[in-house]
This record gives sequence, structure tokens and C-alpha cells, in this order.
Amino acid sequence: MREKVVRWEVVLLLLCGAVFAFGSSGTPGFADAGNIAFLLQDFAEVALLAMALLPIVLTGEIDLSVASILGFCSALIGVLWDAGVPFETIVPLALVAGAVLGSVNAALVVWFGLPALAVTIGTLGLYRGLAYGVLGDGAVTGFPENYRPFATDAIPGTFLPYTMIPVLLVGLLAALVVHHTPVGRSLYAIGLGEQTARFSGIRVHRVKFALFVVSGVLCAVASLIYTLRYNSARADNAAGMELIAVTAVLLGGVSIFGGRGTVLGVASALLLMAGLRNVLFLDDVTNEVQNVINGLLLIVSVLVPVAANTLRGRRRPRLG
Amino acid sequence: MIRSASVTKVAGAVLALVLVGACGGTTKDSSAGTAAGGSTGVGRTADPDAPIKEGVKVAFLPKEVDNPYEIIMDKGGIEAVTELKGEGKEVGPSDASASSQVSYINTLVQQRQDAIVIAANDPNAVAPALKDAMAKGIAVVTVDSDAAPDARQVFVNQADSEEIGRSQIRLVSAQVGGRGKIAILSATPNATNQNTWIEFMKDELAKPEHAGLELVKVAYGDDDDQKSFQETQALLQSIPDLKGIVSPTTVGISAAARYLSSSPYKGKVALTGLGTPNQMRQFVKDGTVTAFALWDPSELGYLAGHAAAALASGRITGAEGEKFSAGRLGERTIGAKGEVILGPPTTFDAGNIDEFDF
Repeated sequence: MREKVVRWEVVLLLLCGAVFAFGSSGTPGFADAGNIAFLLQDFAEVALLAMALLPIVLTGEIDLSVASILGFCSALIGVLWDAGVPFETIVPLALVAGAVLGSVNAALVVWFGLPALAVTIGTLGLYRGLAYGVLGDGAVTGFPENYRPFATDAIPGTFLPYTMIPVLLVGLLAALVVHHTPVGRSLYAIGLGEQTARFSGIRVHRVKFALFVVSGVLCAVASLIYTLRYNSARADNAAGMELIAVTAVLLGGVSIFGGRGTVLGVASALLLMAGLRNVLFLDDVTNEVQNVINGLLLIVSVLVPVAANTLRGRRRPRLG
Repeated sequence: MIRSASVTKVAGAVLALVLVGACGGTTKDSSAGTAAGGSTGVGRTADPDAPIKEGVKVAFLPKEVDNPYEIIMDKGGIEAVTELKGEGKEVGPSDASASSQVSYINTLVQQRQDAIVIAANDPNAVAPALKDAMAKGIAVVTVDSDAAPDARQVFVNQADSEEIGRSQIRLVSAQVGGRGKIAILSATPNATNQNTWIEFMKDELAKPEHAGLELVKVAYGDDDDQKSFQETQALLQSIPDLKGIVSPTTVGISAAARYLSSSPYKGKVALTGLGTPNQMRQFVKDGTVTAFALWDPSELGYLAGHAAAALASGRITGAEGEKFSAGRLGERTIGAKGEVILGPPTTFDAGNIDEFDF
């Protein structure tokens, strides 16, 4: 697996370099501290969702309900804030809500042995519906000015937004756990063959359960950032964001069949997508065209590894 | 599958956090901000004789780029900017969600536009980005749908909101003979303009002369053709004795008219609201709709374009009482809270609809 000519992460980083070089030379307003800060900030929530998805996809499962969990938590934050609950109380409650929604996914996948794809397509709709259930069609605003800067401002003395702190922490933690611990190795083992993993003593159910719960909590963290950043809690917050997160994970070189992928790859993909989106915006490329580009990126990222394997005369990646 | 001991620990930790938070934290009431009215570009003074900035760059940011009303409006705005020898352009999202306009605002700031003219999807979600734009010296004008007042300098309003709301009720009242159940088909639940009009509609309904009218439901079509169509169907089926529908949005009224025209309710349930003559012509001619109203959206955009250029050139700052020239619309004065008003809406019916093309 490791004797590739060029590692995919290197390709992505080169592409990142190309986008940022193109942006800096050909697009006025790109190479500007304020713009780079915005570019990073605009992808903070997506990055958290992608980091939630990464270990799940490594085990060969998926969680498509991430953006809906974000939406539900945002709606919940809105309702609680509107009811006069202190923000300091809302934060842990939102995290618990995320964990609970993640546990529901986990229970359905692990205890009932249902396919995660089907379960989380179901909860994608269900959680979004519940979000409208708790908040309705309205919006809640006026979040506290003493906390909002954490979602909107830069760390004093730098151009880095505060939101990079949780994003980088989560990214580093993910890299540490996935690449340097027995739990991380077990993710790859499960992805390459669940039966084998189980027979070699990996507690597959427990690992998977934990992954979905962690995913729910990360979505709740993203919902706090999103809600404070836009100063607006709505049930439709981040609708459709799961597709961008899934694209980042797959473009990052994580195999949709499980068992292959790195945190560095996903991080590079996130940076590439954030940079590309920003350059396209600055060049007045319309949203429709951007959607087409995102869709193509997704297909290419699934196609390239398969095509590369075929070219090398190997068999296609095994399913499960 | 997860040990109950660890669950208990986590639950305990969360409970502790909740309790800590509960003792004197930041609540809605304690942090209720003092919403300042109308930002007037503090520290700036108006110079009415300043020349229009050469090649002034004005960007128009609609709610969404697929909305025909918004497109007509922004074309009018670009026309005004072109008259002033500036550069006008329209960019915007393809969905009307709260957050989608924010990326565009950042983009326009980075492109060093001189002015941004925006129809806000969510008055609060865009406010921080707009304030940031103003802090960087970019003139901000809202048009059609306002943002938080401290996040823009001038709001170009169609007509007096009160007059729009009240006239909608007078229109529907005349069409249903002053009696019966009516419903409203609105756009998104957070659309500032819609909600203001609906408030005035409710106020008008409370008057004794409209005692026979009963507002039974406000439905939301989200300015989406298909959803508005379905909401109309749902209204008619769930309220069998419905007499009239008011849809104060061009997307809503045309979707509702399309459903009505091919349903058994055609001619029996009155439909009125705000629509463009081109969209509604066939439904007026086939008898589905008797009369509806609108101002000319391209004039609205035209006025906003002139206001934006005047702001960007320092002729005005957005303070009450300042005057600026708005091309063929003559001289306009900024009213309270930075509002500039286009004028009363026009009512269209079978008699005059062919005189209009927009």
C-alpha cells in the first residue's frame, strides 16, 4: 500500500500551492491577511465535520447526518437562548445534544447492524426535521457580544481567527489518535476487514459506537461556531454542508471503502477547497459553476485511486 | 457497549458544567445590546457638491440570483451606475439561506468595491460582514429588504411599509366583498420586508371596516416556486371555506396563480398580492386574478444605485435630511433611520396591465 510513486497528500499540497499562487498573482484581494483569515474561518465548520467523518469513513462507514446535527444543535441553542438560559449553560447542553444524536446513529448502526449509509440518510432528514420542530421557521439572534468574537475575530496580534484553535486542536488530536495509537490502527483494520478485525480482538462495536458519538459532539462544536459567527440560530443552518465535508474527506484520499486515508490528506483537501472557493468567488465565478466544480472534485477523488490501481495492473480495492 | 461507569462520569461532568453555568451566566437579558438606529458613518461629513467618484464601483447583491424580481431591480441599479459612468455588477448566491450572502460580502470587500447594494436574506446574519465592510470605507445600501439598521447607511424602501401592508388588505377586501377567511402566502419566515408588511396587514384587519375578514393562516413558500405551489394547494385543501389569498411576494403570487388557474377554485378564491405584470398577465386575462400591486422594481434598483454612488462619493452619509440627485427620479431626501422611499405601489388590473413591461 505504501510503495506508491507519489503520495496523494503531496499531490494535494502541490495543488494547494498552485491555487494559492494563482490567487496571489492573478486575483486582486486574495493575498491579503484579512482575506486569508476569512477563507480559513469560512471553512472552520466544514473542517470540524470532515474531522468527524474521517475516522468513520476509515472504518468503511459514513455519517451523512453531520450537517443536520449541526442544524439541530443550532436550533436548540436558539431556543434555549431565547428562553433566557445562560450561554454558559447552553454550551454543555448543545454538546450533550450532539452526543445524543450521535448515539442514536451509533445505536442503529451498531446494535441493529443497519448500514450507516441508510441510517444516516434517515437521520439527515430526521434531525433537520427536529430542528424545525424545536425552533420552527423563525430565527434567534442577539447572541452575547462577549462570546461572539471567538467565532468572528482574529487572535490579537495575528491574522488567524480564533476558530482556528478548535479546528487545529481537533486536527492534531485526530492525527495523534488515528496515526499513533492502537485505536487508530484498529480503525484501518476494521475498514480493511471487519471480520478479521473482530477475530483479532478489536472491539469493533465499541469503536464504531464511540466514533458516531464523537462525530455528534464535533458537530455540536461546529454549531456553536456557526451560530455565533452568523449571530443567527436557524433550523436551516448549514443545510447541505455534509456534501462539502464528504467531498473534503474523499478528496483527501480517504477510501470510501474504508481502510485507507490520512489526516494530512483531509487537511490538505480542506485547504485546497477553501482556497479554490475563495479564488472563484473573487473571480466572480457563479455559485452554480462552483457546485459543478465541487461535484467534479468528488467524482475525481473517488475515480483517481481506482484508476491508478487499474493502471498499475492491480485489483480494485476490496469492498469492505 | 460503552461502559456505564464512563457514561456516569461524563454525565457528572456535564451536570457540573451546567450547574456552574446556571449560577449567574450570560443570558439574553443581561447582554441585551443597545441596538443603535441608522449608522451614519460616524466621523464623516457630507459634501453635497462633491463630484461623483470617477469610475465608482457598485456591486449589487440580491437575495438570490434566480429571483426575477431581484434581477430586474439590480438591472435598474446597474443602469443608474452606468449613467454616472461607474461600473455596476450583480453577484449573488443561488439559494436564499441566511449565511450564503456573507461569503459574497467578503468577496466584494476584497475586490475593493466602492459600494455594496444588498437585499438582505437575514438582517442579522449579514450584519457583522456589512459592518466590517463599512469599517473598511465601503458604502453600504440595503434595498427592498433591510439589514440591521446599524449595519448599513441607507435603506432604499419600496414604499412606506405601512402603506403596502394596509393596501394589500384593502385590495383583498374589495375582491372578497369584505367577508370571509383569508390566508397569507409569504416568502421566508425571516424576510424583514414580508414580516413588516404582515404586521401592518394584521393591524389593518383589526379595524372595524374589516371586521368581516378573518386571517386564518400565514404560510411560507420560501420564495421557492415549487414550495409556494404546494403551500397554496395545502391552504385550499385544509381551509375549505377560504375566500382569499394575499401573497406579497412575486414568487408566491405567480406560483399560487398557476395552481389556482388549473384548479376548481379558479374564480372562486380571490388571489392578490405583489407581482410583476409580465408574470401575472396571463392570469389576469384568464380571470384567475382580478387585481394586484407592485412598484417598479427597476426604479427601486435605480434609486438604490444613485444612493450608493452618492454615498461612495461622500455627497451623503446617510443622515436624516440629506438630499441627493437620483437621475430621472429627481431629488430625494433621506428620512428617519436612513430610509429613502421610492413611492406608492401601482395597482394592476385587466384595464392597465398591458401598459407595463417588467
